[in-house]
Amino acid sequence: MKDKIAEKLLLFIAFSAIGSLLLITFFIFQQGIPLIFKIGLSNFFSMHWSPTRGQFGILSMIIGSLMVTVGALIVGIPFGLACAIYLAEFSSKMVQKTLKPIIELLAGIPSVVYGFIGIVILVPFIRTHFGGPGFSVLASSIILGIMILPTIVSISYDSLVAVPNTYREGSYALGATKWQTVVKLLIPAARSGIVAGIILGMGRAIGETMAVIMVAGNALKIPHSILDSVRTLTSTIALELGYATGDHRAALFACGAFLFIIITILNIIAIRVTGHRE
Amino acid sequence: MRYLAIVCMLLLTTCSQRKGGIIIAGSTSVQPFIERVAERFTEENPGIQVNVQGGGSTAGIQATFNNICHIGVSSRNLKGSEKALHEFLIAVDGIAIIVHKDNPIDDLTIEQIQGIFAGTHKDWSELGGESGEIIPVTREEGSGTRGAFEDMVMGDQIISDACLVQDSNGAVREIIATTPQGIGYISVGLVDEREKALAIDGVKPTLANLLSSQYGFTRPFLLLLLEEPSGKVKKFIEFALSKKGQDILKSDGLISVTEIGK
Repeated sequence: MKDKIAEKLLLFIAFSAIGSLLLITFFIFQQGIPLIFKIGLSNFFSMHWSPTRGQFGILSMIIGSLMVTVGALIVGIPFGLACAIYLAEFSSKMVQKTLKPIIELLAGIPSVVYGFIGIVILVPFIRTHFGGPGFSVLASSIILGIMILPTIVSISYDSLVAVPNTYREGSYALGATKWQTVVKLLIPAARSGIVAGIILGMGRAIGETMAVIMVAGNALKIPHSILDSVRTLTSTIALELGYATGDHRAALFACGAFLFIIITILNIIAIRVTGHRE
Repeated sequence: MRYLAIVCMLLLTTCSQRKGGIIIAGSTSVQPFIERVAERFTEENPGIQVNVQGGGSTAGIQATFNNICHIGVSSRNLKGSEKALHEFLIAVDGIAIIVHKDNPIDDLTIEQIQGIFAGTHKDWSELGGESGEIIPVTREEGSGTRGAFEDMVMGDQIISDACLVQDSNGAVREIIATTPQGIGYISVGLVDEREKALAIDGVKPTLANLLSSQYGFTRPFLLLLLEEPSGKVKKFIEFALSKKGQDILKSDGLISVTEIGK
């Protein structure tokens, strides 16, 4: 009897979570989609965004979001993976016990703080040493790369540790070195976990707003180099929602709807990919 | 059309608010400032609810004439027959063009400023400064300050996509203060010693020049009434002109009327 009640209760909670997700989805689409039909797909996916003049092109922002996300992954994956491998395979228990919580602590730092560090240290550094305004794709990628580290590290670490010890012993018995074991055996064995970590990191990078607004400069022009300023979809929504009315407001919801679709597609692809490898 | 919309909106709210409230309508540039004054006003006079609506200066003036709102708000001077309304100047908004304090340039013409923000001037050496890429910083679409800058400075020129975009006066100021090649615009009242406000066509945005209208990039924020103020409306106008009300406006970057000395 008690089991039944608990089961029903949990079912209800699970459905209310899904319910609120559905409501949010419905609201975003209901607010945004009519505008896309009104102005036409060709306007919505054009280059020029100037909503107070009736131009709603989000292409430059899509490219901006992609550049920043890819940049974050280029920074985050090598460091994150290296860190996870070191912690799981090479470090002593002591180092592991101190380093892992510290890296996980990175996840708890508010994004404004990352943005602030970016403005105070990274942006002037890039401006003086590489040129350009400093507010750039490079600055955003580095900041986002650091922000997604804890996600990549902890999930990759967990999946590396989960690889049975018999695999390692087998590998050593065949005469493989430690490095060969890591590259040829452990990484492939832990692949689905590592990919999952990267995808979650990517989700955080594409959705991150505050830190990006602070260091990206938010120029609408499509960047020609990594030293140029860049505008992402999320930044546009956060920057402009304050005073937006009418079609402008609807256009921002349409951006949200588009972001929603992109993230859903990415996740589906990711699930398929990990599914095949297993 | 816009006017119709605001009339409908107001008629709806009028029914519910007539008893104890004040309805204010008009310029969207003044709206955020008036909202903050209204918040404080309601805190001190809990019985009087203040409802602030947008719609634009012209709609606000019309609504005042038609007695649909208690107080109209305009961010431009009244013209012709509009002058029949009673007007109260609560503050002056001015736009200052700012650069880093080490920038050797002190003065630009309005065409040069248009050129910078439209993206035709790209290097400071074109304007007589040290060579280096110009980094213009603008405000986000929909911002009142951006609207004022477009109206007063840009004219029919369009702000380039290459400009950096920030969403507050403070953020623009922060970038200019730390970027030697930067140029941006903020409300006159918020310029501090870390940046330099440029003279436009030889006129510096000093208080004296602002008040004498020599520096042309200013606009008045007016409260409009159909009749002589009385009762709760009088109370609100007095509050807006009091030290408390003026301090709120000043902290948001406007020039207070106490400084204008009226």
